[in-house]
Amino acid sequence: MNKLLREIYNNGIEFVRTFGAFQLFFMRLLRHSPGILIRRFDLVIMQVFNTGALSLVIIMVSGLFVGGVLGLQGYSNLARFNAEDSIGVFAAFGLVKELGPVITALLFAGRAGTSLASEIGLMKATDQLSAMEMMAVNPVPRVLVPRFLGGVIAMPFLAAIFSMIGLFGTHLVAVELLSVDVGAFWQQMQSTVELEDINEGILKSIVFGVAASLIAVWEGYNAIPTAEGVGRATTRTVVITAIAVLIFDFMITAVML
Amino acid sequence: MPAFQIEANISNPLNDLAENLIEIHDLKYSRGPRVIFEGLNLVIKRGEITALMGPSGTGKTTLLRLITRQLIPQHGTIHVDGVDISKLSLAQLYQLRTRFGMLFQNGALLTDLSVFENVAFPLREHTKLTNRLIRHVVLTKLHAVGLRGAADMMPAELSGGMARRVALARAMVMDPDILIYDEPFVGLDPISMGVIVRLVRRMNDALGITSIIVSHDVEEIATVADRSFLISNGKVAASGSPDELKVAQSDLVRQFMHGMADGPVAFHFDAPGYEEQLLGRDAE
Amino acid sequence: MQQTRSVEVGTGLFVLLGMGALFFLTTQTTGGDDFSADETYTVEARFENIGSLRNRAPVAMSGVTIGRVTSVKFDRVTLEAVVGFVIDAQFNQIPDDSDATILTSGILGSQYIGLQAGGSDTYLEDGSEMLFTQSAIVLENLIGKFLVNAGSGGED
Repeated sequence: MNKLLREIYNNGIEFVRTFGAFQLFFMRLLRHSPGILIRRFDLVIMQVFNTGALSLVIIMVSGLFVGGVLGLQGYSNLARFNAEDSIGVFAAFGLVKELGPVITALLFAGRAGTSLASEIGLMKATDQLSAMEMMAVNPVPRVLVPRFLGGVIAMPFLAAIFSMIGLFGTHLVAVELLSVDVGAFWQQMQSTVELEDINEGILKSIVFGVAASLIAVWEGYNAIPTAEGVGRATTRTVVITAIAVLIFDFMITAVML
Repeated sequence: MPAFQIEANISNPLNDLAENLIEIHDLKYSRGPRVIFEGLNLVIKRGEITALMGPSGTGKTTLLRLITRQLIPQHGTIHVDGVDISKLSLAQLYQLRTRFGMLFQNGALLTDLSVFENVAFPLREHTKLTNRLIRHVVLTKLHAVGLRGAADMMPAELSGGMARRVALARAMVMDPDILIYDEPFVGLDPISMGVIVRLVRRMNDALGITSIIVSHDVEEIATVADRSFLISNGKVAASGSPDELKVAQSDLVRQFMHGMADGPVAFHFDAPGYEEQLLGRDAE
Repeated sequence: MQQTRSVEVGTGLFVLLGMGALFFLTTQTTGGDDFSADETYTVEARFENIGSLRNRAPVAMSGVTIGRVTSVKFDRVTLEAVVGFVIDAQFNQIPDDSDATILTSGILGSQYIGLQAGGSDTYLEDGSEMLFTQSAIVLENLIGKFLVNAGSGGED
């Protein structure tokens, strides 16, 4: 019993310690961010490409099908109340405020987050980060900050693209397939969705972008520098990002309502 | 007491200052409960090739990281060129590190940059040279290691020996005073090994660099090093030229230099008595 | 160099696409009231109950949007809701005895103010207050009334 309590206590301390270290790490990245944004924007562009542009295909394909599913589900449910004209509203709210930011963040964790974590972890395992230190180059601003910023910049764009493609997916299913009136589809959406709703989605995607990139960079940087350690870091990246994104989503939604 | 224990350099302070580039005094470093160094004293002389040898797990790489202050000792001092490196600010430390060139075990080339960009990396980060000048310097260094033709290749396309040569070119590109090699011979075929050995010697003599090599390849060290230190149990167990070490009387030195399986470094890892364990008396 | 070029092109396309998507979302999914006017005049109306009428809700006459709600306040003396809205200045011949009603567009749609023309010779102008208003229909009240009516109807 005593042993169990001690274990819980130790784990608790360890958790708090990790959490504190994580915060300090975040501060460190933030402190270096303005300098990198101004002086080494080329590095950031490279990472926007790696995390954003290379995630486009998965984001667009997923968006199209999620939108399509919303069209099917929305139609079959709304048709019961003779309200299938409202399907545009239904899909727009769902995509812009929830599914767009959340699914994008989850896909981002799987596509870009894992590649960030494993890349940084491998750089550590193969002494590339030490080599940089020895060349008197601080790897935090040179390697970590551009990757972090790239992810933060890419995420809102990815989420917006996801939502837009998703709406086309819904349009395709609802209007072209199930012959909902095209005018009603867009007009109802337009008269109901407000700028605040879009802003909520953008806010969420920015928060998720910070969280997902930060977790990926952190896990990579703190990976045990072995093949196994890097593998574990990528897995943890996906798991922790997914949990963090869903918790943040709940908190933001609760505050915004 | 081993025959070649290091002597404290008290003979001529003025001369020492010029001669001794790196002085390590009474170093203690432990990782967790495990003591890696205790009471380690070591002097590296300017312009020489110094080898740090020792059985695996004696912390040779750790010692390199201590000398370059990637790690900080719990006790003792490390002076580089008369400066106590534990007292440097981060900016001064980075300043000092530009005087070091380090060759990591597997080259540690940056995988997302080409060979050319890898060698150019320190120049691009630290200098404002024009592209033309950088090109000139980089190609010169690549030529020196015989890989000018591989400038446009990516690190993944290189063999182990080539990667190490590129890393050597990169380590030299800022014209350092001290070149550090961490296990430069591991996993190389005899030809590549010979190439690296020759390069180490040539760089050292032609450019007046001080070299530090961590290795346990006794044969190669013997051909290239001016002085070697054998590290064991957290201390310098012996020092001297490789030839001196070869004929040394100490059991440990002989075991290491001649590759004997058993000796002061036991073949068997600590375990309960063989018979006792087999007969299962400790099962209860 | 070829590599950096393609990276730059790819990043540029990505960011443009992202901005396009943001632009699409902000312009195409919102702002259905499509009301925009350079010159407007402000009118107030008092309602007993405004239901869920919000800021920026459209003000329509004969189904055409001619203005939008700019403020929703509560009068603590008369205990009424005071709704301020602007009307496009070109519609300056609305009789001042017109009737303002809070209506709902569609079954799930949002609420808006509908104006019903009166017969007066004087027109609404900046600062006028509408005299005749009808509150929003609140579904619960409606059902309540219906039930009461049904109950009393049964006894007759």
